[in-house]
Amino acid sequence: MSVSDIQATENERRPATVGMSKLHMAIFAVLFIVLAVLPMLVYPVFAMKVMCFALFAAAFNLLLGFGGLLSFGHAAYFGGASYVAAHASKVWGWTPEASILVGTAAAALLGLAIGALAIRRQGIYFAMVTLAFAQMVYFFALQAEFTGGEDGIQSVPRGELFGLFPVNSNEALYYLVLAVTFGGILFLYRIVHSPFGQVLKAIRENEPRAISLGYRVNRYKLLVFMLSAGFAGLAGATKSQVFQLASLTDVHWSMSGEVVLMTLLGGVGTIFGPLMGATIVVTMQNYLASMGAWVTVIQGVIFVLGVLLFREGVVGVISRWIKRPL
Amino acid sequence: MFDLLGIPPQVLMGQLLLGLINGSFYAVLSLGLAVIFGLLNIINFSHGAQYMLGAFVAWMLLEYLGINYWWALILVPVVVGATGVVLEKLALRRLYHLDHLYGLLLTFGVALIIQGLFRNYYGISGLPYQIPSQLSGGQNLGFMFLPNYRAWVVVASVIVCFGTWFVIEKTRLGAYLRAATENPTLVGAFGINVPLMIMLTYGFGVALAGFAGVLAAPIYSVNPNMGADLIIVVFAVVVIGGMGSIMGAIVTGFGLGVVEGLTKVFYPAGSAVVIFVIMAIVLMIKPEGLFGRNA
Repeated sequence: MSVSDIQATENERRPATVGMSKLHMAIFAVLFIVLAVLPMLVYPVFAMKVMCFALFAAAFNLLLGFGGLLSFGHAAYFGGASYVAAHASKVWGWTPEASILVGTAAAALLGLAIGALAIRRQGIYFAMVTLAFAQMVYFFALQAEFTGGEDGIQSVPRGELFGLFPVNSNEALYYLVLAVTFGGILFLYRIVHSPFGQVLKAIRENEPRAISLGYRVNRYKLLVFMLSAGFAGLAGATKSQVFQLASLTDVHWSMSGEVVLMTLLGGVGTIFGPLMGATIVVTMQNYLASMGAWVTVIQGVIFVLGVLLFREGVVGVISRWIKRPL
Repeated sequence: MFDLLGIPPQVLMGQLLLGLINGSFYAVLSLGLAVIFGLLNIINFSHGAQYMLGAFVAWMLLEYLGINYWWALILVPVVVGATGVVLEKLALRRLYHLDHLYGLLLTFGVALIIQGLFRNYYGISGLPYQIPSQLSGGQNLGFMFLPNYRAWVVVASVIVCFGTWFVIEKTRLGAYLRAATENPTLVGAFGINVPLMIMLTYGFGVALAGFAGVLAAPIYSVNPNMGADLIIVVFAVVVIGGMGSIMGAIVTGFGLGVVEGLTKVFYPAGSAVVIFVIMAIVLMIKPEGLFGRNA
């Protein structure tokens, strides 16, 4: 690599490291305005579902797109947090924000434990290890007392935010979910564009070189795994408050597959791809719900076509057209 | 009769046998994964779906064409293996130059398609498949009753596993295969058609899954979800054993089946997760797996 090449790379990199680019800021602003008026246009519960999955996919993308680690067991953190939050709300009578926080913390801890073991293997083995541990969490949810087995935890009360503001109505809850998920996604954006995020990219691109530069690669991997699990948990805990339900669907391996699909479809390693992918997949499921198992077939076809022909994802393609990172 | 820690021997032997049968399936399936991984460097996520496909094709042969179990045992691996060959030729082949994770994602999509299609047409309740008349009944061994068919499953798996091991480790064809695993370019330079070999290897790995499906059909009810949960356990088996050696995959498969059976006797609540717990311990002590060569 010649000096001019390095200079070019430096120039390319600079805008990303100094705060948020104007384009990204504009997109986030438009997104926020659209989301603020959205409950007047669509059914709020649907919009809340999309937002929860967008955060879930963004959390997953932190690990895959920026850490280069493919976890096939992210349902464990999403669903695990949803069980803990539902339990806190229903049995302990906690307020929504406290339930969401304890669910998120539980997911982060679970991520710490599983991540510490999973990062001992790489590539394909890493994916299999995370999948196997997630299946263990699934069996736990199936058999444990507090999860309610096949029934799950049903009719979780929505309660009052900070013990003051009731969020029983869908409209009130919508703005809580908007604040949580939008805040979460901005936080993830900040992580990606932090010095920590830069080191992550370095590890993804060339792990031996990152090691030779003195970075303790495993600590970075473990931290990004834990962060990703925590934010996936934030999404799952919030979802349990929206649907007033925590069930086996959320911890099943097919949920882990869905979040991979969302991220792949939207664009791995892009900022807005996971949000786009989650919107497409959730909308599709919504309209095709009456078709039963065909939804699985269609998702499988999208997976196959996506991998064969469309690896950049929707946002990845747009990003290439306009020659700007999205 | 003797008692072991208050467990009647009939119970212990019964669970050991069940464990050995589960172990047979773990062994044949993880063997298929190891064979495919060795040459293609991908994890075949659709292995569980192809195992299910094997059971269904056996059921269809009997139901629609009246072809019996023994013919199914030969025909099904050929048919299922052929679908694997087509999949390799049309899709997998295009991904070899990319990150191996794309192979995993592609085969995951294929698994969703196969499982979804069968759920649509056959529901999830499961279809019965008769044990062939030659193998019905069982032997009274004095301390336990041994159903003939279950004994056959173990014997057939052992034969197939060791047959595969023999071909790969002891024959000329196996030598080509092992050489291509190490350095495909060089093997190609010696005039061996490596892409063809890769295609047939994938087909063979998939055929093993189909074979396991036929063996499973009379024991478990034939249903579209039969492979989905099984394959995740097999992944754990593969992580524990490491995919470096063929014999390793076989030994780990049978061994873990027996361990699972014993857990059912002594601590039933833990039997569903014991393999995952062992995986966690192995990752802590020997991350590359019991028989693995590199991590």
